[in-house]
Amino acid sequence: MSTLSSLPAMRSYSYWLQVYKRTWRGTVITSVVSPVMYLAAMGVGLGSLVKGGQGTGGLSYLQFVAPGLLAATAMQIGSAEATYPVLGGFKWIRNYHAAAVTPLSPGAILAGHLMWIATRGAMASGIYLAIVAAFGGLRTSLAILALPVCVLVALAFAAPVAAYAATREMDNGFAALQRFGIVPMFLFSGTFFSVTQLPWAIRPIAYITPLWHGVQLTRDLTTGQLESGGAWLVPVHVGYLLALTALGVFLALKYFRSRLTV
Amino acid sequence: MTQGLPEPLIYARGLVKRFGNFVAVDGIDLDVAAGEAFGFLGPNGAGKSSTMRMIGCVSPTSGGTLRILGLDPRTQGPQIRARLGVVPQLDTLDLELTVRENLLIYGRYFGLPRSVVRERAEQLLDFVQLADRAEDKVEPLSGGMKRRLTIARSLINEPQVLLLDEPTTGLDPQARHVVWDRLFRLKHQGVTLVLTTHYMDEAEQLCDRLVVMDKGRIAAEGSPRELIEQYSSRDVVELRFPLGENEVAAEKLIGLGDRLEVLPDRVLLYADDGDGCLDEVHARGVTPVSVLVRRSTLEDVFLRLTGRSLVD
Repeated sequence: MSTLSSLPAMRSYSYWLQVYKRTWRGTVITSVVSPVMYLAAMGVGLGSLVKGGQGTGGLSYLQFVAPGLLAATAMQIGSAEATYPVLGGFKWIRNYHAAAVTPLSPGAILAGHLMWIATRGAMASGIYLAIVAAFGGLRTSLAILALPVCVLVALAFAAPVAAYAATREMDNGFAALQRFGIVPMFLFSGTFFSVTQLPWAIRPIAYITPLWHGVQLTRDLTTGQLESGGAWLVPVHVGYLLALTALGVFLALKYFRSRLTV
Repeated sequence: MTQGLPEPLIYARGLVKRFGNFVAVDGIDLDVAAGEAFGFLGPNGAGKSSTMRMIGCVSPTSGGTLRILGLDPRTQGPQIRARLGVVPQLDTLDLELTVRENLLIYGRYFGLPRSVVRERAEQLLDFVQLADRAEDKVEPLSGGMKRRLTIARSLINEPQVLLLDEPTTGLDPQARHVVWDRLFRLKHQGVTLVLTTHYMDEAEQLCDRLVVMDKGRIAAEGSPRELIEQYSSRDVVELRFPLGENEVAAEKLIGLGDRLEVLPDRVLLYADDGDGCLDEVHARGVTPVSVLVRRSTLEDVFLRLTGRSLVD
């Protein structure tokens, strides 16, 4: 009898679940402590100095920054889980190679891992969202829809980063990716302040970052007020993140295949 | 010999593997029958592992015909892999997980029900003598234990064919003998074994039939006994002389035995009657520093066929 758990991708997924059973305590603590610290420092502390106004769309700073941090967390989970664990699957732990000699195809191995990263993104974002709620950062129950958006953000980063990681022999590119990709996005993609505050010349750079699209969506949802662009931008943001995910999956599949079947 | 059997488990004709311009496997023919223990011998770079990876359906063929279990690896890879067991050259165990967890995870890859995997895992842990380490992490286990765990793992799907790529490389003699013993038992249970090795004693211990590969081709094929008969003499006389006198001594020995080989440290005489040959050596007034008369081994065959130059 064919059940969901016998799907090839689910078999690969179960590997990550098994590994996670050993390490979940640490990640749960991080997932709780980190949002509490950020929301206390940025939302409450820094927020006490920031007057909500035009730049925050009339929101309190806590309400403004919370969805930014939420999307940024999804980004960080998505990219981090697709760097060392993916390269390790090929090089160090070699669990991909272990799976490749079984009936699992490279596509199933990749799909299981991405599904796992999506799960991690959902877990971390769910905890984050609950803590934002406790801080009084949510203005509408629509905010629950920010959760699937966070999963999409995690995948929009995880898939392309997994493709990149699958082309690597060494991990030295990951620090650069973090330093020149993830951290600048974290700081400048509308997380802490609206992109409209940026000089107009560099604003287009912010607009093409996937995090900006994610932050716009989570902010629309947790605050219940659409950004000034209006409703038509929502499908643009979703479409952009979906396209990036699709491109990442396409490339990752190609590199997984060529690396696991030589 | 394979007549009457439906089809060989592994069938290859003109099998080729290319990496860019490099030809790793250069048109080999293979037939491995059910229940056989079949070995690939050869120096590093001979094409053994590339052949194994093609048989394991994780490496597409570049030419020729290959059928495994009657199926086509190009289109039926997953079905074939479901019925193979693979012990790779490098362990792919998860060191952070326990011994038992490694088996459970691997069983899940085959889509086996949890209850079946659990039951088989216990049996296999007994089989490879790791039952008392089931709850331990893999990391601190010895090389021999890890190897046995890899073998146990490869058996979780009750494979028809077990592929072993250098199963005992890097193990100490005790650990090797334990592995050999387990493989021998599997062979008796009817599991078809296909292994690569560059240990001649391993090939002699385990293989019913083997091929010697060199530079991507099959240099010789047969049982260990047949290969020795065909490519070497029954006995080998090893003579040692003081440093630098090998060549001089060898000249006086010309004509003795079937073949004479001068190595940097000794002179070898291949002869069917080693003791008789040694008598003739003495009769010619040659007095070596030390003498050893021994039976020919696969190693003599191997070195004759693949040369003595170092392959890196």
